[in-house]
Amino acid sequence: MKRFILAFVLPLLSGLTVLAPAQAAGGGVAWDTFPAQRVTDLAALQNGAKLFANYCLNCHAAAFMRYNRLRDIGLSEDQIASNLIFTGAKVGETMKTSLDPRDAKNWFGKVPPDLSLIARSRSAAGQGTGADYIYTYLRTYYRDETKPTGWNNLAFPTVGMPHVLWELQGQQRAIFADEKDPHDASKTVQVFKGFEQITPGTLSTADYNLAVADLVAFLQWMAEPNQNDRKRLGVWVLLFLAVFTVIAWRLNASFWKDVK
Amino acid sequence: MAEFKQAPAGAPLGTQLMTWVDNRFPASKLYKEHLSEYYAPKNFNFWYFFGALALLVLVIQIVTGIFLTMHYKPDAAKAFESVEYIMRDVPWGWLVRYMHSTGASAFFIVVYLHMFRGMIYGSYRKPRELVWIFGCAIFLCLMAEAFMGYLLPWGQMSYWGAQVIINLFAAIPFIGPDLSLLIRGDYVVGDATLNRFFAFHVIAVPLVLLGLVVAHIIALHEVGSNNPDGVEIKAKKDPKTGIPLDGIPFHPYYTVHDILGVSVFLMLFTAVIFFAPEMGGYFLEYNNFIPADPLTTPLHIAPVWYFTPYYSMLRAVTDPLVNVFAVLVALGAVLAVLKGGFSTVVKVGVLGAALVAIFLLKTFDAKFWGVVIMGLGVMIMFPLPWLDRSPVKSIRYKPTWNKYLYALFVINFFVLGYLGIKPPSDIGTLVSQAGTLFYFGFFLLMPWWSQLGEFKAVPDRVTFEPH
Repeated sequence: MKRFILAFVLPLLSGLTVLAPAQAAGGGVAWDTFPAQRVTDLAALQNGAKLFANYCLNCHAAAFMRYNRLRDIGLSEDQIASNLIFTGAKVGETMKTSLDPRDAKNWFGKVPPDLSLIARSRSAAGQGTGADYIYTYLRTYYRDETKPTGWNNLAFPTVGMPHVLWELQGQQRAIFADEKDPHDASKTVQVFKGFEQITPGTLSTADYNLAVADLVAFLQWMAEPNQNDRKRLGVWVLLFLAVFTVIAWRLNASFWKDVK
Repeated sequence: MAEFKQAPAGAPLGTQLMTWVDNRFPASKLYKEHLSEYYAPKNFNFWYFFGALALLVLVIQIVTGIFLTMHYKPDAAKAFESVEYIMRDVPWGWLVRYMHSTGASAFFIVVYLHMFRGMIYGSYRKPRELVWIFGCAIFLCLMAEAFMGYLLPWGQMSYWGAQVIINLFAAIPFIGPDLSLLIRGDYVVGDATLNRFFAFHVIAVPLVLLGLVVAHIIALHEVGSNNPDGVEIKAKKDPKTGIPLDGIPFHPYYTVHDILGVSVFLMLFTAVIFFAPEMGGYFLEYNNFIPADPLTTPLHIAPVWYFTPYYSMLRAVTDPLVNVFAVLVALGAVLAVLKGGFSTVVKVGVLGAALVAIFLLKTFDAKFWGVVIMGLGVMIMFPLPWLDRSPVKSIRYKPTWNKYLYALFVINFFVLGYLGIKPPSDIGTLVSQAGTLFYFGFFLLMPWWSQLGEFKAVPDRVTFEPH
């Protein structure tokens, strides 16, 4: 019987490894890995919240996120109200925007999406987490004069949003080289070769990467504000169940020893 | 009517109370019949956990569902927001929601394993045909329940998944367009659809489901459980007590056994809930964290993993496969006429029916036949008790190659499931066509292959090693 079960389980396990990159891959470059440990770092999250309130909020909303939920990342209501709310919203309200969707459509071609869940929704199996995507996206803006905003992006080609963090990062140019299309010899494809800094930003590259990591950590946290508690609680639940399983196992054995 | 009993004078209060109740409601009788004196074979193995686990998951889904309903708003303008409200603002709402979303996938996992157990040990064979048929009906209900429940979060995948599946009904000749309109309640999936799906999901289907579960258990307890040996334990009873020699009372032996199963299951279940509630995009699809947008179609729409084997069969049915079906119908008819040994009238009937079938196959769109095949893929489970003509029940006493055949069936089911998740491709279509033919061949040719080969001798008593 054991061999029989194994005969089923083994193909299933090998099947799972094939299943991993199941979802369709999107366009753009390979994603960099977001330093995930920053999501549990309160200082990083607070810095991310600051960047978010200063640079993202008001074109983008986070309509499912309450300001006072930021208490979970170690801020007091006073700190939130005086440092992070620029709209006169009350601290118990959600992060709404005053941008008229029709104006937004005219200005950017698309209404800026709500960011409450952006880090969760952009995950793609085989490519990385949504945090990986945004971490890559916010670091791969480059100057492109053919675009209406003057900006383009490697992770999100022909993006509608201009580079909001350009003062921090400075301006960079992307270098592309023409290479033969591996699938069709008669065509050439543009292959990305690297960035070239045109003007410096207020932050060094290393510091800019850290700032983006903090911002992404905040977005990741905001997508599910209780995710850290969830994992902490999970450890206890599993520990309890492990003990319970041992008891259930011995209980079962003590009853079944009578069955001949 | 049972005789009115009198508790002996000076009996403890508990005995007096139970006597009072038993005179008015068969409490002790039900307890005995279904638990303490329900004799189950003592040789149950790993596969026998999944019935109890399915019941556990059903309870989890009902209880968490009730609490979700308290905060969820079945309104196209508010549904997505209300789910996020549950996730963020309702105390422990996130836990209840994750239990419900993980429970949906867990339900299918345990039910698929439960059904597979029935298949390998011949648990559907006489006299358990109705147990099996009620079970298949439960599986159908479960699919309806999962499909309609998946619309409720009103994310992109909810919306477009429902759009695609409801549009399938439009492929049915003559009545299709009106039928899909009736299901949707609108020309596109919208508020009307959401409201009716909510009604079906929280009350209509669960009522039917519960009724069927009760019928499933009553039927099972009437005939008694099968076991890995496929031996009828009722055939060998203790002459004095009338208790099957290989039977043990369900309570306490299988209750403690199932508690062990439940605790291991809960470890896996809670590991997903607390550490991977999205399960890599399989239990909660990433796209579903974007609110439904009727103007933006996602690049790739796939149903949730538990539907994908059948979705693969649907997509496999293209014009070439319909031609293959036509050829197979013709071959089958010719074979029946030549080898069937039927009377002339029946032979003419078979040929006539085959001609009509081929005519219909070539008349209607392949898309319609895809829908038919998807439906038949589920429905073909129902006649299984009559398709299996093997002289023994359990795979243990069937020819060894049967094990490889069942293993192939499982692998095929997984391959179909995998292909149903992937965007369509040429090679994928070919493989899923082969897989679809194998799936149906497995069932439709069962009356033939289940009789082939050398069968091993079935013992009189179950094989059991005390542990």
